[in-house]
Amino acid sequence: MRYLPKSDSERREMLRAIGLESFDQLFQAIPEQYRLKQTLSVPGPLSEMEIIEYFRGRSAENSRGYTSFLGAGVYHHHRSVVTDALLQRGEFLTSYTPYQAEISQGTLQAIFEFQTLMCQLTGQEVSNASMYDGSTALTEAVLMAERLTARQRVLVARTVHPEYRQVLATYAKNTRLRIEEFGFTSSGQADLDAIRKAVDDNVAAVVVQSPNFFGVLEQFPALAEIAHGCGALCVVAIAEAVSLGIARPPAEADIVAMEAQSFGLPPSYGGPYAGVIATKEKFVRQMPGRLAGQTTDNQGRRGFVLTLATREQHIRREKATSNICTNQALCALAATIHLCLLGKRGLREQAGQNVAKAQFALAQMETIPGVRRAFTGPVFNEFVMEFPRSVKMINAELLKSKMIGPMALGRFYPELTKRGLVCVTETTTREEISRLVDGIDRALKIPV
Amino acid sequence: MSENIAKAGRHVNQSEGLIFEKSSPGKRGMELPPLDVPAVDAAKALGAEYVREGVEGFPEVSEIEVVRHFTRISTWNYAIDYGMYPLGSCTMKYNPRVNEFVARLEGIATEHPYQPVELSQGCLRVLKTLENILAEVTGMDAVTLQPAAGAQGELTGLLLIRAYLESKGNPRKKVLIPDSAHGTNPATAVIAGYAVENIKSDANGEIDAARLVETVNEDVAALMVTNPNTLGIFEQNISEIAEILHARGALLYMDGANMNALAGIARPGDFGVDVMHLNLHKTFSTPHGGGGPGAGPVAVKKILEPFLPTPVVVEKDGKFALDHNRPKTIGRVKAFYGNFGVLVRALAYALAYGPGMRQASEDAVLNANYIRKALEDVYELPYKLPCMHEVVFSDARQKKNGVNTMDIAKRLIDYGFHPYTTAFPLIVPGALMIEPTESECKEECDQFIDAMRSIAEEAATNPELVKTAPHTTRVGRLDEVTAARKPILRWKPGQ
Repeated sequence: MRYLPKSDSERREMLRAIGLESFDQLFQAIPEQYRLKQTLSVPGPLSEMEIIEYFRGRSAENSRGYTSFLGAGVYHHHRSVVTDALLQRGEFLTSYTPYQAEISQGTLQAIFEFQTLMCQLTGQEVSNASMYDGSTALTEAVLMAERLTARQRVLVARTVHPEYRQVLATYAKNTRLRIEEFGFTSSGQADLDAIRKAVDDNVAAVVVQSPNFFGVLEQFPALAEIAHGCGALCVVAIAEAVSLGIARPPAEADIVAMEAQSFGLPPSYGGPYAGVIATKEKFVRQMPGRLAGQTTDNQGRRGFVLTLATREQHIRREKATSNICTNQALCALAATIHLCLLGKRGLREQAGQNVAKAQFALAQMETIPGVRRAFTGPVFNEFVMEFPRSVKMINAELLKSKMIGPMALGRFYPELTKRGLVCVTETTTREEISRLVDGIDRALKIPV
Repeated sequence: MSENIAKAGRHVNQSEGLIFEKSSPGKRGMELPPLDVPAVDAAKALGAEYVREGVEGFPEVSEIEVVRHFTRISTWNYAIDYGMYPLGSCTMKYNPRVNEFVARLEGIATEHPYQPVELSQGCLRVLKTLENILAEVTGMDAVTLQPAAGAQGELTGLLLIRAYLESKGNPRKKVLIPDSAHGTNPATAVIAGYAVENIKSDANGEIDAARLVETVNEDVAALMVTNPNTLGIFEQNISEIAEILHARGALLYMDGANMNALAGIARPGDFGVDVMHLNLHKTFSTPHGGGGPGAGPVAVKKILEPFLPTPVVVEKDGKFALDHNRPKTIGRVKAFYGNFGVLVRALAYALAYGPGMRQASEDAVLNANYIRKALEDVYELPYKLPCMHEVVFSDARQKKNGVNTMDIAKRLIDYGFHPYTTAFPLIVPGALMIEPTESECKEECDQFIDAMRSIAEEAATNPELVKTAPHTTRVGRLDEVTAARKPILRWKPGQ
């Protein structure tokens, strides 16, 4: 086997050195009846060529050749080939958590840079080294709010990504947290009046997402004011991080839970991505996840270490702030490299292009008879359209022209049938938008 | 440098500041095609109150500067690609490059989780195939690939146990955890709504079955056992332990962090385990990447299958679909379907070996025992039972000269190796936890043994040399106390 670096004679030599006669004796600790007699019934072994062939076969069964207008928490953005080339350096790819700081300065400095970039983007004071993804980051942010306030009621906007809310529900079920949801208005934004009525001094957090699941930007100052008015924290989720290149950062929020997939990570059928928690300095000791900090070595030179580990489970065990052990270091590194390449101007330009494409697509869609914009609020690169027919029927037609159309919202919002979520980014061309508009127009003209 | 250091020599490496310190207005490392639709004034289109200025402090650097920056700092890391990385319980094995290649293929990396299932048959087949392989390797009945890492797998497993016991009328109150367990185990139990009761290992480092009989009652939901345990010892009474639990309606959870000793050799499903997680970034070779991403699939017996997270991949007449309608499900633990890109890599690994993964386990155990045999006369072996894929020594002998496990670990860096895991498991004071994995050839093992023996000698004759190590790294020992007391967690201009 090509991955195994020993010849049979070396194996026998090592066995003799141990003082054993047979390889079976290596496993003498396992009771005889549990030692597997038969060969595993699994496919393989395959050579490198066959492995590539196998996965090429699978990729051919997927969506190659289709144009997609899907977003909903996962975005198609341009990724520089530089990012992948650097990520695959063995020093980054094949190292572990930087516990031994003297020989992990590369990873530690990159994390420190990541934390800095996340603070600059979100308008927050500290950021962790990353979490699993946006959904678990939001859940951890809510658990953090509970620890900080010692309160258990949590008010969550229905405009937060439905799957993020499902994850939160799974985690909250066996805790004392009580999750309550509030609705949205005709602007597609969180219903501020409903929140005002719902808050009391048992509320730990008011939770919104921006841009929200409908692509609409939320009003942070007003939300934070309501939350703070009753001593609760304002928690903001961000699923489309590129928006921060142009949209007002949630500086008024107390905790920001972000998904960084848009920064150089491919959609990859849902993962791996990188979640982020950013917050105020005063809350840092209740923040979950790893943290890199700057310090000096025994000769006064700048260096970096993992720090504030007393929050973590390998020291605190059942009293830890979270059970999360790993972060998503390589994904966070991808985001760091990507953002350094884009830089201040590149990110601004990219975000501006997303706004322009969305405004263009929106205006074009509105020219289709019977099709109208569902919400009036400001959007970044996604928006909801209302159609005279079911989105499913429209999408079936679009598939025939190799287009993956709007995401039907009825699955998550029963009252929003015939509404579809459309996403365009800097990778979507004017020609593709025109094809989509023509395709929808055609689909709607087909006699029922 | 000591003349005993055969593996490593000195070489020049580049100095490099923070990327922010290289920034100069107007530089950039990425350009976009010109906008093909009318430009818009964002403040007008969205409303001035929704718009920001450029991101303050963001770097402005060119492409070559980004390439050099990350290349330079990368060389300050040790990595598996350099040599043996014997971190106990972390299974730092070779990460095959073909796995990286296939995970990046067009049609694999590019796929969106909400695209129609008829255009996702390839992704779904990958998931189902991996599920089947993991079920076969573990001897279990069903697998969920959703958990993002081992700790989330643990949580999923405990939530499954809780849901199952609830369906029987009583979720029960506590989870038993051996004192040798990973720190994530107790932290996870609390999130699943259980109290933790720690149980003591016996003189051999194993779970005391006789004592367990007295501990397990109607309040106990499960025992979380790591097998082989963190001492590298196979729990010989494992099936008796399972029987004790089952007789009282409790379940057996296995932390599969150490599955690299067992793949193809023995199956947890055969020795009484009800639910377990796997760390694909350990046993199945997906890269650790400096600390993630991983994947922590959970394998279960039939009784727990109705409770698995949604959606579940189902196959009918050669077509795959996602089943969201599972009334008894514990719900979702993560958005979408798990860390798909990691799962692709794990499948590529499994396909490369096929049934031959048995040989990998055998080589891993061979390496650990070879190192143990060669070092047991110079380092204290606190538990004498035969070891599997890792061996745990203690620093008891070196302590007499004031040298502890961390000092030895740091000195190992000078010899060209990554240190082993220090000070864990907690039941061994001053532990040296060594897991070589199957990826080390005999020569690398021999060099490691020589290094460890040489350090033992130094600890006796020149303890200061060891206590002040490492001597050859870019930075010396770092001031962790100040880092924690006055945290500097981000760069600021003029800092």
